[in-house]
Amino acid sequence: MDGGAISRALRRIAHEIIERNPDLASVILAGIPSRGVEIARRLAGLIESLAQIPIGTGVIDVSMHRDDVGKRAELPRVQASRLPLPLEHKTVIIVDDVFYTGRTVRAAMDAISSFGRPARIQLAALIDRGHRELPIRVDYVGKNLPTAVGERVRLRLENVDGEPDAVWLIKEEKA
Amino acid sequence: MNTVIRNGRLIDPANKRDEVADLAIVDGRIADLSEIRNPKSEIEEIDASNLIVSPGLIDLHVHLREPGFGWKETIESGARAAAAGGFTTIVCMPNTSPVADSPSTIAWIKDRAAEIACVHVLPTGTISKGLMGEELAPIGSLAQGGVVAITDDGRCVQNNELMRRAVEYARMVGLPVFDHCQDYNLVGNGVVHEGYWSTLLGLPGWPSAGEEAIVLRNVLLAELCDHHIHCQHISAAGSVRILREARARGVKISGEVCPHHIALTDDAIQNFDTNFKMNPPLRAQEDVAALLEGIADGTIGILCSDHAPHAQFEKEVEFDAAPFGIVGLETELGLFLDLLVHKNQTIDLPRLIEMYTVNPARLLQIEAGTLSPGRAADVTLIDPDLEWTFDASASQSISRNTPFNGWKLKGRAVRTIVGGQTVWKM
Amino acid sequence: MTELVKSQMRWQRKDLLGIRELSAEEIIFILDTADAFKEVGTRDIKKVPALRGKTLVNFFVEPSTRTRTSFEIAAIRLSADVINISANSSSLTKGETLKDTAKILEANHADIIVLRHSSSGAPQFLAERLTSSIINAGDGAHEHPTQALLDLYTIRSRKSAVAGLHVVIIGDILFSRVARSNIFGLLKLGARVTLVGPSTLVPREFEKLGVAVSYDLDRVLPTADVVNLLRIQHERQRKEYFPGIGEYIRLFGLTKERAKLLKPDCLIMHPGPINRGVEIDSELADGAQSVILDQVTNGLAIRMAVLYLCGGISGQ
Repeated sequence: MDGGAISRALRRIAHEIIERNPDLASVILAGIPSRGVEIARRLAGLIESLAQIPIGTGVIDVSMHRDDVGKRAELPRVQASRLPLPLEHKTVIIVDDVFYTGRTVRAAMDAISSFGRPARIQLAALIDRGHRELPIRVDYVGKNLPTAVGERVRLRLENVDGEPDAVWLIKEEKA
Repeated sequence: MNTVIRNGRLIDPANKRDEVADLAIVDGRIADLSEIRNPKSEIEEIDASNLIVSPGLIDLHVHLREPGFGWKETIESGARAAAAGGFTTIVCMPNTSPVADSPSTIAWIKDRAAEIACVHVLPTGTISKGLMGEELAPIGSLAQGGVVAITDDGRCVQNNELMRRAVEYARMVGLPVFDHCQDYNLVGNGVVHEGYWSTLLGLPGWPSAGEEAIVLRNVLLAELCDHHIHCQHISAAGSVRILREARARGVKISGEVCPHHIALTDDAIQNFDTNFKMNPPLRAQEDVAALLEGIADGTIGILCSDHAPHAQFEKEVEFDAAPFGIVGLETELGLFLDLLVHKNQTIDLPRLIEMYTVNPARLLQIEAGTLSPGRAADVTLIDPDLEWTFDASASQSISRNTPFNGWKLKGRAVRTIVGGQTVWKM
Repeated sequence: MTELVKSQMRWQRKDLLGIRELSAEEIIFILDTADAFKEVGTRDIKKVPALRGKTLVNFFVEPSTRTRTSFEIAAIRLSADVINISANSSSLTKGETLKDTAKILEANHADIIVLRHSSSGAPQFLAERLTSSIINAGDGAHEHPTQALLDLYTIRSRKSAVAGLHVVIIGDILFSRVARSNIFGLLKLGARVTLVGPSTLVPREFEKLGVAVSYDLDRVLPTADVVNLLRIQHERQRKEYFPGIGEYIRLFGLTKERAKLLKPDCLIMHPGPINRGVEIDSELADGAQSVILDQVTNGLAIRMAVLYLCGGISGQ
């Protein structure tokens, strides 16, 4: 998937969000760091230019809500979560880069609920690579990418990684 | 059985001998070769080619922990460790339980040693009753009971008047006074050398001045009382300076050095390992340099271990709470050979042997430390160039509290002979 | 690009024993993590499940209410279960060794042990022997890493950066673990540090740590960006260290008169508990330049961050 394909996928998601949320003023796009935040930012821009209405965005860091803390040898950086409050009567759309097991999304839902009680929570992801481990589904997806468990999806976004937009599927080489 | 030790380099500083020669032992005594008349089959021959044949080494600063602390060390195990380190005579300190401040305790130690120790064990008595630093111990009775010196080692008499009287009294009965030099007010609850590392780690500092003040006090009292005071385990540069100046004036004062004070410096404590906690503490590089200088110029004439065994459970505690001290009998000769003779070339082999034989023997006024014919055949065979690694787990001592486990050293004793009998051999 | 490079770092320590062992990058990592946890304090539900199912033991072999309470609240907000053991109730007074007591805590599945101890090095002693995470809550006169981290955090949040600042630490430095941890942290982050206090409590030896030592407070105050006042420990007011409180205040107390020498934006900090009228004038302690209460609030975020990071690392 190259830069053009990514742009097209995001534009399609933006259209779908507009279609399915008549009250766009109540929508908040909450990105999961770090690429989810960038995707949320791009989606907000697209929706704003298509629907001519400002869209609320936020950051929802899931680190402290994950279910594998204490089982890892190292921990990544935690970022502060930031959501436009209050969340009551709002639709929070969680935005992630690659939708995989569903555990991150579960943690994100948990995090969001500590800020308040939104009317509904939806999920948008640029890539859905399958292999769900929890009963969670995606509402808006850019591309379904069937993968094997051993494979890795490598996503690069210009503003986050300092590399051009691109997605690769990497087959794990067994050493 | 009579013995001939053949082809060794025989170093006997008391008799100014340093030559390749054979040494005869007849009936447990050093003898002239001509005295051996047995048929050859009845003579034990020991080949000492490439070895040093030395008078049996003397360590005048050892804690054997009995009576009272048998879980740390016993007279039997401590003597075995001494033999393994090349020592034929050791002087044990009186901070036992009960404290060795009465003739009956001295008698117990001597009886026990005669019964079970494989080397000569010479007891010391205390300066003050119960090591309390308040009243004199019965020094005359202790002398009659057979102590070779008095000392409050582990503690230090703070009252200068009491110390003065002890020295005067000891002079009357002919005993040297050994002193652990520590001013309690200056040292306070210090556990490590006061300097960079104590500042960095926030550990209570033990300033050099805490030792130097008492060394200076002892110089003044040795002069006042015209009697010998021996300053134990000297660690600080200032102490060496004070001793040098006083000895030049003929004051009856001497000092000893332990291997850890030249092998290690205070930076070794940075991981709070209590095997580096000793009293006096490991000091700075300048102090090590001063000690080496003092050894080189003869200011320091005696080497010893301050062998201080403690059980693992006692040492394996917070740094502040751990007892001071390390075992040393099995590593001291190797460390000194390695550091003084090989690495720093501070002194040569005859000097090192002198510091372990005739010098302590003279201070203690004992008939040991030479290979003169007629003397008890206490002999140590040393391989000065043997490279070996110290394995604490194989130690003869009951305790394992050493910072030198795994150290590679050059030179060690390979055979220890007491009264003509080999008590240890590699 | 520096942001990108920074984000590559991963936390890998299960113990926090001191600041001296940390890199500048690790210190900043903790401060950044504390930012995230400070945000948790603004939520409706101020509790996250990060350490759910973990047991934290506040093992205080030396009394402390503030630090213990701060760790306790931090642990509760991370959903850990908390047990408090103090010197009086612990078996240490019955002659059990620290090692044995700690082994028993571990056998009872204590995942995190927060240790306050009067002996320098006690936390390292435990860390070398246990698989539990060991967090140093103050050991002897050695280190008090979470206090230094919360001080650094407070300075950073008020001054945007620590590098280049002149920080003056005043008082009993010799016996202070807070001073040592602050010195290590401030120097690592590029600040300039001056220690001021009676020469008996601020020996020149400290200069070897890379800081300046001064006995003239009035000369130092005008260039200070931060003054950190340490508590004068009553138990150490032995006459051999300084002649008395009156003289201390005269020479080293931050009085109203002296405070006029300070730059208007100079921060006044104190790790507490304050001796009002001794280290600092009472009104100054509550004044506009004082960030003393900020320090307490930030302490919570720092301790959440430290517990999350160290407690979140598998000890196996």
